[in-house]
Amino acid sequence: MTAPLLSVKDLRVEFAMRRGPLTALDGISFDLAPGEILGVVGESGAGKSLTGLAIIGLLDPPGRIAGGEIRLNGERIDNLPPEAMRKIRGRRIGMIFQDPLTSLNPLLRIGDQLVETILTHTSLTPRQARDRAIALLTEVGIPAPERRIDGYPHEFSGGMRQRVVIALALCAEPALVIADEPTTALDVSVQAQIIAVLKRLAREHDAAVILITHDMGVIAETADRVAVMYAGRIAEVGRVGEVVRDPLHPYAKGLMAAIPTLEGRASRLAQIPGAMPRLSAIPPGCAFNPRCPNVFDRCRIERPPSLAVGTRRAACWLYDRGEVPSPLKEAVS
Amino acid sequence: MTSLSAEASAAAAAAPGGGLVEVEHLKRVFDVSKPWIARLLEHEPRRQLKAVDGLDFKIHRGETLGIVGESGSGKSTLARMVVGLLKPSDGRVLIEGIDMAATSDPAARRDVRRRMQMIFQDPYASLNPRWRVGDIIAEPIHAFGLGAAGPNGEAKKPPKGAVAARAGELLRLVGLDPADARKYPHEFSGGQRQRIAIARALASNPDFIVCDEPTSALDVSIQAQILNLMRDLQEKLGLTYLLITHNLAVVRHMATRVGVMYLGRLVEIAPTAELFAKPRHPYTRMLLDAVPDLAMSGRARTPVGGEVPNPIDPPPGCPFHPRCPKAIARCRTEVPQFADDVACHLAHDDPNWLAREGDPARG
Amino acid sequence: MSEIAAELPKPEAKSGSFFERLKDSDLLASFLSSKVTVLAGALTLIFFLAALLAPLIAPTNPFDPASNFLIDSLNPPRFVAGGDARFLLGTDDQGRDLWSAILYGLRVSLLIGVFGVLLGGAIGITLGLIAGYAGGRIDSIIMRIADVQLTFPAILIALLVDGVVQALLKGQNREETAFGILVVSIGLSFWVQYARTVRGSTLVEKNRDYVAAARLIGLSPARILARHILPNVMGPVLVIATINLALAIITEATLSFLGVGLPPTQPSLGTLIRIGQNFLFSGEWWIVTFPSITLAALVLAVNLLGDWLRDALNPRLK
Repeated sequence: MTAPLLSVKDLRVEFAMRRGPLTALDGISFDLAPGEILGVVGESGAGKSLTGLAIIGLLDPPGRIAGGEIRLNGERIDNLPPEAMRKIRGRRIGMIFQDPLTSLNPLLRIGDQLVETILTHTSLTPRQARDRAIALLTEVGIPAPERRIDGYPHEFSGGMRQRVVIALALCAEPALVIADEPTTALDVSVQAQIIAVLKRLAREHDAAVILITHDMGVIAETADRVAVMYAGRIAEVGRVGEVVRDPLHPYAKGLMAAIPTLEGRASRLAQIPGAMPRLSAIPPGCAFNPRCPNVFDRCRIERPPSLAVGTRRAACWLYDRGEVPSPLKEAVS
Repeated sequence: MTSLSAEASAAAAAAPGGGLVEVEHLKRVFDVSKPWIARLLEHEPRRQLKAVDGLDFKIHRGETLGIVGESGSGKSTLARMVVGLLKPSDGRVLIEGIDMAATSDPAARRDVRRRMQMIFQDPYASLNPRWRVGDIIAEPIHAFGLGAAGPNGEAKKPPKGAVAARAGELLRLVGLDPADARKYPHEFSGGQRQRIAIARALASNPDFIVCDEPTSALDVSIQAQILNLMRDLQEKLGLTYLLITHNLAVVRHMATRVGVMYLGRLVEIAPTAELFAKPRHPYTRMLLDAVPDLAMSGRARTPVGGEVPNPIDPPPGCPFHPRCPKAIARCRTEVPQFADDVACHLAHDDPNWLAREGDPARG
Repeated sequence: MSEIAAELPKPEAKSGSFFERLKDSDLLASFLSSKVTVLAGALTLIFFLAALLAPLIAPTNPFDPASNFLIDSLNPPRFVAGGDARFLLGTDDQGRDLWSAILYGLRVSLLIGVFGVLLGGAIGITLGLIAGYAGGRIDSIIMRIADVQLTFPAILIALLVDGVVQALLKGQNREETAFGILVVSIGLSFWVQYARTVRGSTLVEKNRDYVAAARLIGLSPARILARHILPNVMGPVLVIATINLALAIITEATLSFLGVGLPPTQPSLGTLIRIGQNFLFSGEWWIVTFPSITLAALVLAVNLLGDWLRDALNPRLK
């Protein structure tokens, strides 16, 4: 086993509110191998964006990292001073945000933005940087890049802009790219294109990707492994094929069953009763227990740690003995 | 029942073949020209955006018609025209035979308004944050008077207790507590607010509800709850839905018939199972291929090119031709007519093209 | 980034009834956290109470000619040599007790200020709502009128209104009409700010879905404006009103100082200052000093309060 590129252990993020600190992330742990694509999926409020922000050091006060550690290539990055973190950002960790409209500076030509980033993080000359920028634009599929490199963001369509953003994230050859909802603001037909571009470029540049999204379909197509988040905690993590086809955690099970497919007009979608609790009102024990069809007493008292089940991990007392128990009850329809 | 004027009842009696909603040659154009001074100085002509460019379809009572499209397709503009929030530039919308834009009789107009309602996309913006939930739901009841009418056709004021009782009933119907009527919208989650919006839509006892991306802003598990609720209500109350969405899976689950829009035109319309199994328009096929495959069947996907062009400046001929893998010379010059439920030269000339492609479509 | 917004703990309640919001809000905490603001608030409250209770507190009624004796005129304050024990702050040239005159003058100043703001607010909010909702030509016309009005200083408008009304009433009893004229002048001078702000908020709100839902059921525009949009655009209005109050009081004082405000028989603070100015260099310093201090303190307190309100409400207006 090669050493993991990124290692997150017990990460805790808190928000200092008037009424006391609010725990938004409560003990997140996962590893990321070099070149791997890890999907982080969850519904709104689960904490997936915060995870990405915490890793890249862009948590704004009143948020702060309150515990745990984040290691990039073995070195801790969660406790670095802002100057040091700035050097890492861009050079070793790239980020793609959701809205291509606001990720690019509307007043700068995209060529200037690309070149600026390249020059900041590498020792190329301006001439070389520009060539590299054109090469990157070709890679992400922008037609006539020598001409379009001098264009402004508003001259590009949404999908083209997002391709530029991907190029921007990769231009300093980072080892890790964090993509926060990269396809959510795009049309369906463009989403497929962008996912393909991201996947291809990550492989070609040997970059690992943390793909944050609420869209399970995108994860199924793109990721190697997936972490399912719920209420600031990781419910299940494992290889994508396994988690999607046969989820272990009752929340993951419910989630997969609730997604409508193109297959047929079922009579009802399986639904999970209730809603994800607000961060200020997370129940004791397992955060999912009020909605879980398989709940028992221990779930209400003791919070389950991430338990190993084969190659996967699930934070659920059902897997206390490291194996899948006899038939689970289905989520209530 | 309200008393319809003679004109309205004649129109209703004349409505042919059971279409609860009929859309005829519907067009909507927006003027996006620069201000006249700029145009004068720069010698630029007026610019028009053809948001909806000639739509024809019917919605039958009790069915759910799904309209899918991407950005620039005009589906939101369509929704607003159907429901009367936007006036068509051309063509008309008939609700049970009555064209609301053309009728001047206030009683008939009110009657049409009562029959249709709308559910909006954003649960955070569709409820007035300063009003209590009970008042929000009761507003249509006050406007339409619980169905009773005075001598001139205006709403008769219903007794206060009756309104509150009905509001409570509606809340229960959508799965909330009647006591929630005292609360304000901000005290509810997105899914609950959408339920409140549904309760409001049901308050006037409508026959027809236009749903504009009703679950796009909701999480998947909440979406499942809301979609199930909508289908339950449809069964219980005999509702007819026009469901506008960009999500093909949702439309697969909810709709009995599906129409596909591209740049303001309807390119294909068919019963749901048929559309998904045997799409006849290349754009429909492309859309279906683009949806990420949750089942991970490893199917071969045709790579898709290009993006939706700028609606202000659509390509000549068939608007899809620059991206169409099957485009022929005719597509570049001639706009395909909507005939036989599809607008495509290839589909008209060669109905079996898809079967010959060899790539098995989804069932 | 909207994902992040969804995941962050939600900000304090932005809707609900006024008192619910007030009680549980950051607003109260913000108010109490700044000593200057609390002081300003307390001072304003004291001034309002003093004005309200003037008939009860003041030893004499300075507006009643019968209670003023010329023989008492120009007495220095009690605590200065030569002062009369009856008059705390001395008397003016009419024999009025200055302390009572200040209290009654405060009352008049505040009354005119408040009514002026209310009038200006009413005109401005109404026009702003109409301009924002109707758009098109109506919007242009209203906004051009507003622009034109802004080129005139408030004092000039007030003088204009005053002159017109005087001409129309042909020298009728100034005392009766002065109050009304001042309120109208101030109202007409200050409506533009309200109109602009409300128009901006209305433009935003009218495109929101809850307005579409109201239009859907066939409500008239007037009803939609009054019941749906107005409650949602009132926030910034409160801030403007507070700051405007200070301005209105100063305007009235200026007008009275210039001689076109209230008559000398019903002096406001401004009138008192004008009177006192004549006596300043002959040694009777108290007539101008005490009213000036009062006016300055009042305007400062209201201004500080308005400043705080604007800053406190600002992030929540976004």
